[in-house]
Amino acid sequence: MYFDLTDEQQAIKATAKDFLAARFKSERIREIAASADGTDPAGWGEMAELGWTGLAVPEEWGGQGLGIVDLAVLFEELGYALAPSPLFSNTIVALALSYCGSDDQRERFLRPLGEGSKRATPALWDVGSTATPGAFTMRAEAGGDGIVLSGEKVLVMDAAGVDFFLVATADGHRHIVAADAPGVSVNPEESIDTTRRVSSLRLDGVQVAAADTLPAEGAEYEAVFDRLCVALAAESTGIAQRSLEMAVEYAKDRQQFGRPIGAYQAVSHRCAQMLLETENSRSAVYGAAWAADAEPESLRLAASMAKAYASDAGWRVPDASIQVHGGIGFTWEHDLHFFLKRGRANAAMFGDAKWHRERVAEAVLSRAAEPAAA
Amino acid sequence: MDLTLSPSEEEFRDEVRTWLEENHPGPEPDDGLDQVIAFRREWQRKLHEAGWAGISWPQEYGGRGATLIEQAIFVGEAARLETPSPANVLGLAMGGPVVIAHGSDEQKRRYLEPILSGEEIWCQGFSEPESGSDLASLKTRAVKDGDEWVVSGQKVWTTLAQFSKWCMLVARTDPDAPKHQGLTYFLMDMEQEGVEAKPLVQITGEGEFNEVFMNEARIPEENVVGGVGNGWAVAITTLMNERAGLAFGAIAQIQNSLRRLAKLATETRANGGSAADDAYYRQRIAQLHIEAETMRLNAYRGLTKTMQSGIPGPEGSLGKWQWADLNQDLTELALEIEGAYAPLARGAEHAVAGGAWQYSFLRSRANSIEGGTTDILKNIIAERVLGLPRLR
Repeated sequence: MYFDLTDEQQAIKATAKDFLAARFKSERIREIAASADGTDPAGWGEMAELGWTGLAVPEEWGGQGLGIVDLAVLFEELGYALAPSPLFSNTIVALALSYCGSDDQRERFLRPLGEGSKRATPALWDVGSTATPGAFTMRAEAGGDGIVLSGEKVLVMDAAGVDFFLVATADGHRHIVAADAPGVSVNPEESIDTTRRVSSLRLDGVQVAAADTLPAEGAEYEAVFDRLCVALAAESTGIAQRSLEMAVEYAKDRQQFGRPIGAYQAVSHRCAQMLLETENSRSAVYGAAWAADAEPESLRLAASMAKAYASDAGWRVPDASIQVHGGIGFTWEHDLHFFLKRGRANAAMFGDAKWHRERVAEAVLSRAAEPAAA
Repeated sequence: MDLTLSPSEEEFRDEVRTWLEENHPGPEPDDGLDQVIAFRREWQRKLHEAGWAGISWPQEYGGRGATLIEQAIFVGEAARLETPSPANVLGLAMGGPVVIAHGSDEQKRRYLEPILSGEEIWCQGFSEPESGSDLASLKTRAVKDGDEWVVSGQKVWTTLAQFSKWCMLVARTDPDAPKHQGLTYFLMDMEQEGVEAKPLVQITGEGEFNEVFMNEARIPEENVVGGVGNGWAVAITTLMNERAGLAFGAIAQIQNSLRRLAKLATETRANGGSAADDAYYRQRIAQLHIEAETMRLNAYRGLTKTMQSGIPGPEGSLGKWQWADLNQDLTELALEIEGAYAPLARGAEHAVAGGAWQYSFLRSRANSIEGGTTDILKNIIAERVLGLPRLR
């Protein structure tokens, strides 16, 4: 029993914290957030050099072969820094290829993703669908030597500048679609979170070669889904941690009625509540990350617990921090709104808290009839 | 990171589990506190014979000298199997550790063995009617008279005082010193003329705790622990001991309650199905499970931290706060699921689950008050974990 990071993981954390603090100062985040397509090619190149694009990619495909705990450490720091980076969307595709691709596809697509020489993002939900996990309606019609895709995908992250998309269809398959393939067009959407752009993706009779359809089906993507939920929950935990620290710092400095406002219990108890939610979120995340690496049979439940909890904490804690800051916290000039917006967007993605709680209920209520574990 | 038990820890857990299962005395009697205490004395005698009573105590004082993980395993298993509490729970958790840490050799020889065996029961005389969360303001006076101290004053919330032989008493020995100084920690014999315990009836109808009145009670000077004027530091040790290890019992207790809650939901009819099919109840039940899991994982993280640094940190306050909220939410939800049957209590023919949830609902109201109120715990967290300024 040892529930803490190893020395190596502490080193990943320290490196990430230092690099991200230097690279994503407030002014730089604002520049990227206000730019036309929200990309940061220089920052991306540096992350690739640090090995982050291949962190959880197996060594035989050019990655570092590290686990989900390591990935969670990194994503917690990315959230802490509010890094406007496509690393999350890219990591989802890398996980999908690692778990569900063929060796040929891993060679052609995973290796360059891990090296950082190419970038990809998943295109999952369809216009008019419920946008809950697994609810895909796009049809894969036979055509050419493979399939033909037509329709419109929504909520596609970081689409600007990607080399290919991983497109989901109603039959439970995923397909590699090159960004420059004929019939592909990207239309940016406005999101409250300008640090992670979303677009819609139109596919008009796009031809996909048989070799570019991943062999896995439906439920086999659960291993990917559960792990990406842990990474996203880790990011939200980092958002909560940073927002908490900003609140505490402000509550120590800001004086009213002749005292720092943190001396008043209305403020200090709010901060204590923020700490509780942040620590709970962190425990749930690392418990799930550990399960992913060491006890995969308990990952499904643990991942949903982590995503449900962190979905709530990831925006409630920044919200509470805004309240501690008062009027200044509501201004565009203060950075807190970026944290609130990212946290709220994260809460909505890949199953919101309600969706994951239902998944938890399914597990714990079906277990209820059984006697106490012996 | 490793959230599993080592092979030797697993072996220890199996040993604990087997022993507890084989020796479990069954449910506690329900015909009065005298019977309950007699039952718990017998259980403690059994625990002591098998070497489980002072599990955290060093071996040289009759304990098992178990590691923190072993203590956590034992407490967790005992709670999971719902074994009775030992009769002298405060002596084991607080009195003994204080005597071991601050007592003289003579005190160790005199007091430790009867604490372990349950022969002598201990109570804690800290809180007073005017001194609750602000403990250091306490007014009970002790005045030196020859080789004795003469004590007058009143204590309150004194659990099991009516069954106790010894009281861990904190009294003011120097009224002119600043409030945290001038306090002394005594071991007071409860069996004397100057001491009277009057049970207080709780909202559950039970009388676990008492008011204790001292009117010129006598304490020989050799019963001072840790030196005259040093009472605050000694008392703090006992409070630290109260927190350590409790988390794992609390977690197992919550997990048992969650199982019963799921059973209640499954067996309660609602909207043509059961309450367990109802989306709203499913959300609430799931959230309780999630919070119970975060509490469990926080406790593991805390344990790792304690093993690294040697002392439990103020983060333990988070767990106590979280447990209180969780246990209250859980019992509130149970009554909500029972719907119109919610008022029917123990003894009612049509009470759901024998009225168990009504008792738990009422009893859990104290969870955010006993052993440090949630409001005070938030102050501790704000000041000692977050470093926010003190108002006082």
